[in-house]
Amino acid sequence: MRRLFAGLAALVAASLAYAQPAAACAGLIGPNGAVNLLRTTTFAGYHDGVEHYVTSFQFAGGSGQFGSLVPLPGIPTTVERGGDWTLQRLIRETSPLKLLRARDSVGPQGAAFAAVEVLQQVKIDALDVTILKGGGAAVGQWATEHGFRLPPDAPETLDFYATRSPIFLAAVFDADAAKARGQRVGDGTPVHVTIPTANPWVPLRILALGKAPSDRVEADVYMLTDGKPAILPRPGQQGIELDHSAAATASLLNDLRSDKGMEWIPTSAWLSKVRVDAAAIQLNYDLAVDASGRSPSRVAAGLERPFSPVTPAQVPNQTAVLLGIATIGLGAILLLRSGARAVAR
Amino acid sequence: MKRILIVVLALAALAASACASASAASPRQVGIRVHYSRFEPSRVEVRAGVPITFTLVNDDPIDHEWLIGDTAFHARHRAGTEAAHGDRPDEVSLPPMTTRTTTLTFATPGELTFVCHFPGHEAYGMAGVVVVRP
Repeated sequence: MRRLFAGLAALVAASLAYAQPAAACAGLIGPNGAVNLLRTTTFAGYHDGVEHYVTSFQFAGGSGQFGSLVPLPGIPTTVERGGDWTLQRLIRETSPLKLLRARDSVGPQGAAFAAVEVLQQVKIDALDVTILKGGGAAVGQWATEHGFRLPPDAPETLDFYATRSPIFLAAVFDADAAKARGQRVGDGTPVHVTIPTANPWVPLRILALGKAPSDRVEADVYMLTDGKPAILPRPGQQGIELDHSAAATASLLNDLRSDKGMEWIPTSAWLSKVRVDAAAIQLNYDLAVDASGRSPSRVAAGLERPFSPVTPAQVPNQTAVLLGIATIGLGAILLLRSGARAVAR
Repeated sequence: MKRILIVVLALAALAASACASASAASPRQVGIRVHYSRFEPSRVEVRAGVPITFTLVNDDPIDHEWLIGDTAFHARHRAGTEAAHGDRPDEVSLPPMTTRTTTLTFATPGELTFVCHFPGHEAYGMAGVVVVRP
């Protein structure tokens, strides 16, 4: 059985000290706690048990540094610069008119903390990417010690992810370095993360990090799977809409395959575009995908907690219950014995 | 996990000591845990004129603070720019995963609130109340 897919794209961002409002392709938290929300577009493909995740960190001007934290479903084998046109080509596939208008108007686009394990560090243009392994608190402390200014909902959100996968991608975007490299406002740095995983999911809840409950979260997630997938939450519910669902055209697959690092694209596949448009308070789930079209995991969607052993806080209660049961059992045995003696007499 | 257990036990010990002295008056020691950017408990009752030692456990990986006072005090701090506190018993900075203690004596009965004034934290729910009984 082939269970699949997902990819993701959620970038959350937590600003680094003294950061100015530049951006990645998701919500950013500015130095004063204000949130600048940009629409997120990412691509997640799943083929042969490997998830390919491509997103772009957009340079929006300003100076200083910006950070983003992205939960991942597994340990990446590679983190590299993504191809230049994958995301744009996907947008054109599902909304060609929009792209023409945009073209006309825009013109041509140019181990700090013991419990955290740093698995990989990569520099991509003006972006420093670190792959971390650790619990929510440990990753949060690592981020804090590395200048991230995490919002108040970060501790709970990081734990929400760490219970399912302790792998996080921390990206620091150096706006000054971007300027020095000649990057202009609007230029993106695509990043391609390759993740072998049997249980992929697309993190969405993290897009609401640092937002006020009524703030809107908007994101487009493109998914390429071997077959028509089933997703959870169901489209039409909880701010999730399925904008596109069809067999991928040969021209799209050929174009994608010709981009850097995209040789893995199969000769046939199913293209889905999921649009997220939800209030931050509503976005308490992730996107679970089963490419076989059967039943996506409620745990992968964050709708149920994964099974875990007894937590320390539960021990006293359970011990008390066990002691109670033992006492009742012992009392019952004594009563039976005394009753048996009485009968014997 | 071990840390959580220690924190739970420490707070339980504080609660036990608080209960022990409750028969005499009010607790002289109060444990408050910061978890997921919330104070636990968020309501505490104490007796006026008695020195109260607060043990503040920040179980979160982010910075918090515990500032206690009246409405005017908090209005001042909402607009304040101090990055850290430390030399006043009613203003305590709580770095990630740390424990701090502070001792206060409340002269008059009434209600005071304790709040974390980091950006967005109060709106998120990081506030509590100390009820001072006569």
